[in-house]
Amino acid sequence: MNPVVYKACRDFDYDGTRVLDILREVQSGLGCISGETMEMLAKELSTHRVEIEGLVSFYSFFSEKPKGKIAIRLCDDIIDRFAGVSKVAKVFSDELGIEMGKTSPDGIFSLEYTPCIGMSDQAPSALINQTVVTKLTPQSARTIARKLKKNPETSELLTRKGDGNNACLQINAMVKNNIRVRGEVLLCEGIPAEAGLKKALKRKEDAVIQEIRASGLRGRGGAGFSTGLKWDLARRETARERYVICNADEGEPGTFKDRVLLTERTDLMFEGMTIAARAIGSRKGILYVRAEYTYLLPYLEHVLKKRRKRGLLGRNIAGKKGFAFDIRIQLGAGAYICGEESSLISSCEGLRGEPKNRPPFPAEKGFLGYPTIVNNVETFCCAARILDGGAPWFAGIGTDESAGTKLLSVAGDCARPGIYEVPFGIEVSEVLDMAGADDPAIVQIGGASGDMIGRTAFHKKICYEDLPTGGSFMTFNSTRNVLGIVDYFLEFFIHESCGYCTPCRVGNVFLRERIQKIKSGLAEEADLHYLIELSNTIMMTSRCGLGHTSPRPVLSSIAHFPIVYASLTRELTDGRQASFDIQKALEESRRIAKRQSMIYDPIYGESTD
Amino acid sequence: MSKSITFKIDGATVTARAGQTIMDAADETGIYIPRLCDVEGLEPQGSCRVCTVKVNGRPAAACTQPAAQGIVVENDTLEILNYRRDLIRMLFQEGNHLCSICEASGRCELQAMAYRLAIVEPAKYPYLQPVRPIDASHPDILLDKNRCIRCGRCIRASRQIDGKNVFGYIGRGINKRVGVDGKNLADTNVDVNDRAVSPGTCPVGCIIRRGLGFYQPIGQRKYDNAPIGSEIENTRSGRGKQ
Repeated sequence: MNPVVYKACRDFDYDGTRVLDILREVQSGLGCISGETMEMLAKELSTHRVEIEGLVSFYSFFSEKPKGKIAIRLCDDIIDRFAGVSKVAKVFSDELGIEMGKTSPDGIFSLEYTPCIGMSDQAPSALINQTVVTKLTPQSARTIARKLKKNPETSELLTRKGDGNNACLQINAMVKNNIRVRGEVLLCEGIPAEAGLKKALKRKEDAVIQEIRASGLRGRGGAGFSTGLKWDLARRETARERYVICNADEGEPGTFKDRVLLTERTDLMFEGMTIAARAIGSRKGILYVRAEYTYLLPYLEHVLKKRRKRGLLGRNIAGKKGFAFDIRIQLGAGAYICGEESSLISSCEGLRGEPKNRPPFPAEKGFLGYPTIVNNVETFCCAARILDGGAPWFAGIGTDESAGTKLLSVAGDCARPGIYEVPFGIEVSEVLDMAGADDPAIVQIGGASGDMIGRTAFHKKICYEDLPTGGSFMTFNSTRNVLGIVDYFLEFFIHESCGYCTPCRVGNVFLRERIQKIKSGLAEEADLHYLIELSNTIMMTSRCGLGHTSPRPVLSSIAHFPIVYASLTRELTDGRQASFDIQKALEESRRIAKRQSMIYDPIYGESTD
Repeated sequence: MSKSITFKIDGATVTARAGQTIMDAADETGIYIPRLCDVEGLEPQGSCRVCTVKVNGRPAAACTQPAAQGIVVENDTLEILNYRRDLIRMLFQEGNHLCSICEASGRCELQAMAYRLAIVEPAKYPYLQPVRPIDASHPDILLDKNRCIRCGRCIRASRQIDGKNVFGYIGRGINKRVGVDGKNLADTNVDVNDRAVSPGTCPVGCIIRRGLGFYQPIGQRKYDNAPIGSEIENTRSGRGKQ
């Protein structure tokens, strides 16, 4: 029996729902989870090898093949690409003597790309084990690589400290918050501690939910479902347990506002979760944090511990007799789909992060079959503020359909990337001005699953009724290639689709193939119809939000950048397809027949090679 | 509890019991909703999406969507037919399906569905031509993964009927596939009599019984004389009679 496997299983009490944590421990202890290890784990946990293999092959942070003791993961987001991550990659590759995607023969280093790590405002960035390094240049990459070769201690890499809590003992990271605009709800100074919770405890559960409903608060993750309604549905279910889950699996490319809230509004988020627990009658909460934010774990645990000490978690919370609630942290293991609430629940249960069939909805049957509410970090923070400030105050900010403020993660071609807390209803152009984008040509709102707009739509308003966003706001200048960006998003979706349903698993691959054809200048107008039709099939038949939204960059770019597509498509007058290359088509026959074509080759006869 | 529910499918009135899915109710009425991953006797999982219908105008998988009083279901419309055709094409192009040399030809549900849905174009989508290994480790059963459509029927049959765990999903995205509980099939506790590997479970020619190749002559194969789904359309009691 391998001691690492044994210890990991014991640490989590052989609990099948904690198998993700067990696998994390085994992966970091052994550098891989081999077939043999899978068999051992299956035996210890009374499950099957194929179940363990299913997990290992699903989550990016697990691997069957050995990873280096130091895993360098370069952020491969589109923002990082434009910021020059490939040059940084080359330096790492040259200095460490390994190719991208490979592990060094001595087993010390592995080097790979990873999707957006939530640092787009300080790109290019990378994860070195759990340590975040930001604003990389070929020079700084060389320094880092050489330092690591001398001393493989990642904490030695910090040459500077970040701002705010990033500099504190428990986080100790070079990450910067880059808070540019503080609004009146979340990022303002002097938010009274636990004021919302105290008021919530003085009121009946129904009244708390009523307050949230009256405030008009809608889910900040992007889908915009009424928070109060969700809580109400969960409360109405008869059940022995109810769960409150906070979704901090911030994986949408270009989003990083939850990272800042986790760092700077930690107590407010836990306060919001506790209020939700009170409202729906829950005793147990889970904070699901993406693996990329593991560097925040010691701090989050520290804050939880403090709250327990202060009587804000545990039994008789804040002196309220009979109100018991506590929170555990679940770390993810690298899967964008886990940001989708039912996938997130699957992941918390120790399963592959695949969405569940709906109905039943999580509010009826969620975590382990119990009524569960899943809300975004920002939503819980807002809820705590609403209980303090009152529904009318909150509803008075923003637009009719979109109450309150929204945190925008602004990144890309602008002078001041970072966090902007703005009231809903703000125009895209206003945000661009604030961020100092001097030549904005393309804005991607809502991340990969959002819409791509051009200059003619910069008057549009950011709110649920016009341009909804979970927080991602990427701006690109006129030198950037529209189709290059669309192609990147599709590459992302192909990588992150769970593969459960046919249209999302296969359709996105076909979308990308055709976008690349258009990029290469060999497409015809019919290819645009093909893209629109295929997009429609994917959106109409997919099982979850990923497939419902993955074609949006394609459709919105066709709608907003028709000239780009028109300039790249052509119709040949002789009726041939532009993509048909007779020489290429003949290549294979030439090879097999070992001779050339009588019509298409200048010299007909035996091949010379 | 057993209050009956009535709703409409393409204008026809359908009766269902509480707890039934749209698919269950349609089958019992003799209305065929095309499907691949769903099969009698196994829990539905809603993954192939071929059974997509519109419920009050919104798309849903009939195999997992509960029947509800008064809903209006669209099944046999041109719009939905085209979605289904696209999905079937995706399943073909995703793998390596060479009907003319496949021994499941004639009883293959994917092939039969293509015929039923009148897919005539040879290839709307590009062939992905994946390289997938064949698992010939077992003396009685062969897995030709080139033909797997990830329907998971073998996985569910093994778990829900055989009480084993011979198969399971591994990988994700376009690399999602069916794995076995061991290094290869011979390394598992599969039995040749397991439902998971018996005829009717695998809808295509992925799970093959060795030594039994091309056992049905052309003309007597399952779908030689009637299209897939006619067994449901031709009976009022649908699934109950199978």
